[in-house]
Amino acid sequence: MLLWTVIRRLIYSVILVVAVLVLNFLLIHLAPGDPADVIAGEMGGATEEVLASIRKAYGLDQPLYVQLWVYLKAAAGGDLGQSFFYNAPVIDLILDRVGATLLLVFTALGFAIVVGTTLGVIASRKPTGIVSNLVTVISVIGYSAPIFWTGIMLIIVFASLIPLFPISNMYDVTKSVGPFGYALDVAHHLVLPAFTLGIVYLAQYSRLTRASMLEVLGSDYIRTARAKGVSERKVYGRHALRNAVLPIITIAGLQFGGIVSGAVLVETVFNWPGLGTLAFDSILARDYPTILGILFFSAVIVIVANLITDLLYRVADPRIRMAK
Amino acid sequence: MTVLKVDNIVVDFATRRGNARVLDHVNLEVNEGEILGIVGESGCGKSMTALSIMGLVPSPPGNLTSGSIYLEGRDLVGLSKDEMREIRGNEIGMIFQEPMSSLNPVFTVGEQIAESVRLHENASQRAAWERAVEMLRAVGIPEAEVRAKSYPHQLSGGMRQRVMIAIALACNPRVLIADEPTTALDTTVQAQIFDLLEELQKSRGTAIVLITHDMGAVAQLADRVAVMYAGRIVETGTVEQVLTMPRHPYTEGLIACVPHLQPDPPEKREPLLEIPGVVPSLTELGDGCAFAPRCNRALATCTGRQPVLKTEGNGHATACWAVEAELENV
Amino acid sequence: MTVLDTKDESLPRAEHPAAEAWRVFRSRPAALFGLLLLSIIVIVSLFGPVLYAVDPFEIVWAPLTPPFETETAILGTDNLGRDMLAGLIVGGRATLLVGVTAALITIIIGILVGALAGYYLGWVDDVLMRITEFFQVLPPLLFAMVLVTLFSPSLPVVAMSIGIVSWPATARLARAEFMRIRGLEYVSAGRSIGARDGRLIWRVILPNALAPLIVSATLTIGVAILFEAGLSFLGLSDPNTMSWGLMIGSGRQYVLDAWWVVTLPGAMIFLTVLGVSLIGDGLNDAFNPKLRER
Ligand SMILES: Nc1ncnc2c1ncn2[C@@H]1O[C@H](COP(=O)(O)OP(=O)(O)OP(=O)(O)O)[C@@H](O)[C@H]1O
Ligand SMILES: [Mg+2]
Repeated sequence: MLLWTVIRRLIYSVILVVAVLVLNFLLIHLAPGDPADVIAGEMGGATEEVLASIRKAYGLDQPLYVQLWVYLKAAAGGDLGQSFFYNAPVIDLILDRVGATLLLVFTALGFAIVVGTTLGVIASRKPTGIVSNLVTVISVIGYSAPIFWTGIMLIIVFASLIPLFPISNMYDVTKSVGPFGYALDVAHHLVLPAFTLGIVYLAQYSRLTRASMLEVLGSDYIRTARAKGVSERKVYGRHALRNAVLPIITIAGLQFGGIVSGAVLVETVFNWPGLGTLAFDSILARDYPTILGILFFSAVIVIVANLITDLLYRVADPRIRMAK
Repeated sequence: MTVLKVDNIVVDFATRRGNARVLDHVNLEVNEGEILGIVGESGCGKSMTALSIMGLVPSPPGNLTSGSIYLEGRDLVGLSKDEMREIRGNEIGMIFQEPMSSLNPVFTVGEQIAESVRLHENASQRAAWERAVEMLRAVGIPEAEVRAKSYPHQLSGGMRQRVMIAIALACNPRVLIADEPTTALDTTVQAQIFDLLEELQKSRGTAIVLITHDMGAVAQLADRVAVMYAGRIVETGTVEQVLTMPRHPYTEGLIACVPHLQPDPPEKREPLLEIPGVVPSLTELGDGCAFAPRCNRALATCTGRQPVLKTEGNGHATACWAVEAELENV
Repeated sequence: MTVLDTKDESLPRAEHPAAEAWRVFRSRPAALFGLLLLSIIVIVSLFGPVLYAVDPFEIVWAPLTPPFETETAILGTDNLGRDMLAGLIVGGRATLLVGVTAALITIIIGILVGALAGYYLGWVDDVLMRITEFFQVLPPLLFAMVLVTLFSPSLPVVAMSIGIVSWPATARLARAEFMRIRGLEYVSAGRSIGARDGRLIWRVILPNALAPLIVSATLTIGVAILFEAGLSFLGLSDPNTMSWGLMIGSGRQYVLDAWWVVTLPGAMIFLTVLGVSLIGDGLNDAFNPKLRER
């Protein structure tokens, strides 16, 4: 049963990936100007020679559907085109940077989920208490503050007032000695960016956890647990939380695209060498193959993340696991 | 011997419209191996009585203001949280009205029964699981080993209520409180659950407090019965006494609502009755009898002063001025 | 049943739903604060430039002069020596305009897609929902970045791009509402007397689905403003129109030397979105009968 669902979801995911490729292809052709020019980019030093080679590589003199086929075939082989700005295959540029982005995104997400649900649970114990009000305030601020602005505020504070954490880059060559030293240094650099990105989602998750905890705590099966003599701690930690995190899994999955978007801004603010800074640089350089490659690749990341959350949800909720 | 004695408990709720006295000096006694029925209209405080015994009155806004609850002579009011937790599920078990939502959807039913065992007995995981299977068998679930691994949503309502009973009885409690255990179920399943309760009570000797709207079930199962109205006990006695010789006008009304309990032969029976009027708001109760506005036998005294339970020689007790006056005149 | 029962709270009460919603809204201090905040910002954006007639593009003083150092530019100057205060006053216009336009585009696409999917169900629903899912897979800001880069950073393109990347959430909400309401009796009744689909969708169901959609539209304005700010920060805003986003985009390299160049316009965006979201939360409470009496 579960295997069959996994296979179905996998096929669906592959279709989505192809659809994103088709979109990329259409964007190149919908953009004003000659597609060859678009691909070469404004700063690509687009001599006639280069343009001719692009036309040949992409089959631009052939009918559209042939071009699409050529494009898809190349993509299937891992070829997302050539960046004329960096003079390197787009896929290499992306693979070089994607690790840093994933590290940032998952650290931020982990921080947001752990701290957010904890705050939410504490708040649900006293719906009118201090923590509860704090959750409300954090969530409104986290929702309203532009993420890059939060980052810049942190930079201003940590640059001079409290120079505790580095405000730029991922590591410092002078401090990264040995693999352990490197890991420690990266972690040190990670603090501010991950906090900036995480705080937005922490705000949402704490509010959501509080709401769903309050709902679950009023349910009949919690009354049953109490009638069995389950301690309050276990009522919260075992019986209620397990049910209350279900909507959080769903939301985190749905929001993954938004988190990646946030990462673009945060990376730019903190000079974090991931896909976001790559996207920013290629936008400045009008390096379209790279930008479109990043769009494609991050969509793939979101598709995979959705697949994972979907399966996670099935494991966490027996009602869904059993269905179909 | 008395297992459970509810002694003059008062439960108040703070509401936006002021204090609501949800239970007003309620007294109950449950003897060993006996089934006590509690009946009354919706909102009269039956569930709140049960929750008070369990120490589960939602607080705030609720509060047990005064009174005592004795389990085998030990006062439960004033026990620490941990001491009370030891008693819940171990010495007093409870099953609820809504079997569909009363089981945790993310755990198997076996786990939920075993959890109860492990909370109160020093059992290994394995032993607790075995007990869970055994309990499922005891409550009449076929293929108990397989069913123990099911999740609640895979079981029917009747099955789930059986699981609830298994959870409540897993630690062999002295008292089982069943709060309208069959209201949400089909009629045939209702009868099965009642039969099961009766059988378990006989085989295990557990005393049962059976809260229900179903006068038929009370007649069939209960030894004694208490009638509640607006947070008070208005009449209590053996089933025989209360159902065949109801004293309180409210009890008379309740019985008249149930066709097959009427003593008269069918042809003389009046059309199915309903007690006119509605239960008064608990925040607006005056000094008099709460039932007086709906009562066809109300006297002048009834609106002035609360009647108290007066016990006749045979143990049949009624709180009603009209009945008291009548009995004195005889 | 006793009067204590909360179900009795819903006994008919002769009050217009809008009046009742306003009564609840009014009782929320946070919502009123949001309304006040947003009103001030809107009024200043509309009339401020008339009272403080300084060209935000004109160089008035030495670059990167801190606030409160010269009366010519009381809030300091940016990296080119332009008056910060003038920029802050005028800049709200473009930001609010883009935010509201983008939100409108979002709502229109979202309701259109959601209504058709939720009303017709079947294959229409399948196709539309697959398209919606497809759009949800694209990281919205990246997608908007690509669109704006490909089609030039003018205000209409920015607004359009934001609309195109953010409609899926609204579509899902609208679909859920339409699915719920189409099953209700008065819709079936309408269908049985032969009302046409168009009439049922726009005249019968939509008005009843309006409450949650209004809340979502309000919050969408906030999201759109944040998007606009994000794009501007990355340098993707109209260079010929002064906006808070533009100020942030051109000032971002100077934050370490001049804290005010990004802090001030960022704070304006924060306050605007804060106002909008507080109003949205208030409307949510006002329209949601379940929360009303808490
Ligand atoms: N949280 C609360 N706040 C105020 N009053 C409450 C609250 N919970 C219950 N009550 C009141 O307590 C009274 C007793 O309720 P209880 O649930 O015990 O009734 P019941 O006899 O079990 O009714 P039913 O047959 O419907 O189950 C009711 O009048 C109810 O309105
Ligand atoms: Mg009840």
